[in-house]
Amino acid sequence: MIEAVGLTKRYGRTVAVNELSFTVKPGRVTGFLGPNGAGKSTTMRMILGLDRPTAGDVLVDGRHYRDLPRPLRHIGALLDAKWVHPNRTARAHLRWLAKSNNLPRQRVDEVLELVGLGSVAHRNAGAFSLGMAQRLGIAAALLGDPQILLFDEPVNGLDPEGIHWIRQLMKRLAAEGRTVFVSSHLLSEMAQTADELVVIGRGRLIDQSSTARFVERASGTAVRVRSPQLERLRTALASTSGAGVRAEDGALVVTGLTSDQVGEVAAAQGVVLHELSPQRGSLEEAFIRMTSGAVEYHAEESGEHLHLRGARGAEGTEGTR
Amino acid sequence: MNLLAVERIKFFSTRSPWWTAVTALALMLGMSALFASVLEPDQLAVPATQAGYDLALVVVMVMATLAITTEYRFNTIKVAFQAEPRRTRVLLAKTAMVALVAGVLGEVAAFGSWALAKVIRPAADLSIDSGTEWRQVAGVGLVWALGAVLAVAVGALLRQTAGAVTLLLVYALLVENLVGLIPEVGPDVQRWLPFTHANHFVRGTGGQPAGAEVASAPPFGPWGSLAYFAGIVLAVLVIALVTANRRDA
Repeated sequence: MIEAVGLTKRYGRTVAVNELSFTVKPGRVTGFLGPNGAGKSTTMRMILGLDRPTAGDVLVDGRHYRDLPRPLRHIGALLDAKWVHPNRTARAHLRWLAKSNNLPRQRVDEVLELVGLGSVAHRNAGAFSLGMAQRLGIAAALLGDPQILLFDEPVNGLDPEGIHWIRQLMKRLAAEGRTVFVSSHLLSEMAQTADELVVIGRGRLIDQSSTARFVERASGTAVRVRSPQLERLRTALASTSGAGVRAEDGALVVTGLTSDQVGEVAAAQGVVLHELSPQRGSLEEAFIRMTSGAVEYHAEESGEHLHLRGARGAEGTEGTR
Repeated sequence: MNLLAVERIKFFSTRSPWWTAVTALALMLGMSALFASVLEPDQLAVPATQAGYDLALVVVMVMATLAITTEYRFNTIKVAFQAEPRRTRVLLAKTAMVALVAGVLGEVAAFGSWALAKVIRPAADLSIDSGTEWRQVAGVGLVWALGAVLAVAVGALLRQTAGAVTLLLVYALLVENLVGLIPEVGPDVQRWLPFTHANHFVRGTGGQPAGAEVASAPPFGPWGSLAYFAGIVLAVLVIALVTANRRDA
């Protein structure tokens, strides 16, 4: 469990994180979503006690990070895969970390095997590819078998196999009942791994909700229908209250109705359907729309604003997902 | 104790400490061999065997600086503070580890240089039998250990290798010697500077072969000078610790 309350970080006149409050709960993957420069890494550094908040507070299992005895046993983190001495071997890097938290030496080899670096443990970390360095960072995070895990942009620069591996790992860790907090600037990435989202823009909280709800609210939903009797269907749908209809390359895109309702309207009219599929709006587009105007939002009323903007925005959104 | 072991693993698992240690040792032995072969046996005394101690001290301080500044350069200090958020403990463990290595290295270098001179000039009177002579040889390790502490502290304050090494080198090799050249006030200022006191402790006044000329008489005896040097080193260390706890890692 991670709890941030009014977390704020200022560098001179720049406000990197602005009165951020959120909670990260165990047993699920929580995505920390925001564009580059939104304050994700700064927030993570404050969680780990590396940076001192200008105001507000962040607690790990009800305690400040600095008050955790042997913290690697509580919370493991991968903030940057490059945080290793290039002339030190992977094993030596993990050995000093293990020693610092009084972890048994064989744990080092265990985690090296776990991340698939067993055969290159004797090699200098500086010679590692980004993917290998990322795995070493994850090995370090898992070293103390912690209940809470923090990953900052873990899939950046990885090949598809590495990405797949990390996604599976995060899901598995969450399924084991651990708290997994992972940052990303890609909503599409988060949509595949995260159960819950903490969304920030320009240091402020935009939304905290389940991924499904966020995606729904952000993009709105639409239903795509194809029929040989398209004009008849269009007329029928247009007269249904609350529905928006537009034509799109030989099909209709209906907003404001569920696919069930569209099907019922078609049946009542005796119209043959060749396709009836619910559509998701483009996530990235919706995300950009929401975060680019982040300063307009105020924490208390962000939900309302989002809903309105999201619904309106969905009209022009092409269904690609 | 764990944190000391951590620093031991870190210190010996990269190459630069080995290189700098070997360089310091070679400098000490080389200078001793040089003086032993150049001086006549009746001129050669115990202090001459330690002629390279201050040059080698600078190399030891580079070694100590690197131990902390590479942590900042490669951001492993953040990982270290993550593993042990009580930063004072982390930095004190590192300081202790580096000081211990510098101290042991200093004793090995000092007695090694003395033994080397004895081998080269068996005829010279190089027996260590007075308290002064013991101080002149064994004192090297103490000064190296304190110099290493100062270097770690400066490294932790500046957080980058180039800046810290330059500052320490220019200060120890140039500034303290040049201050004495300032008319009127120079010598009075110089007699209160730290490395002047370190020198005074190891070499005593007068009779040193390669030492800086100290125009004014030192304010303390040799052991007082060591205490004064240690005091300044500890003051810088305290400033470094307070600073490290205050700022973002």
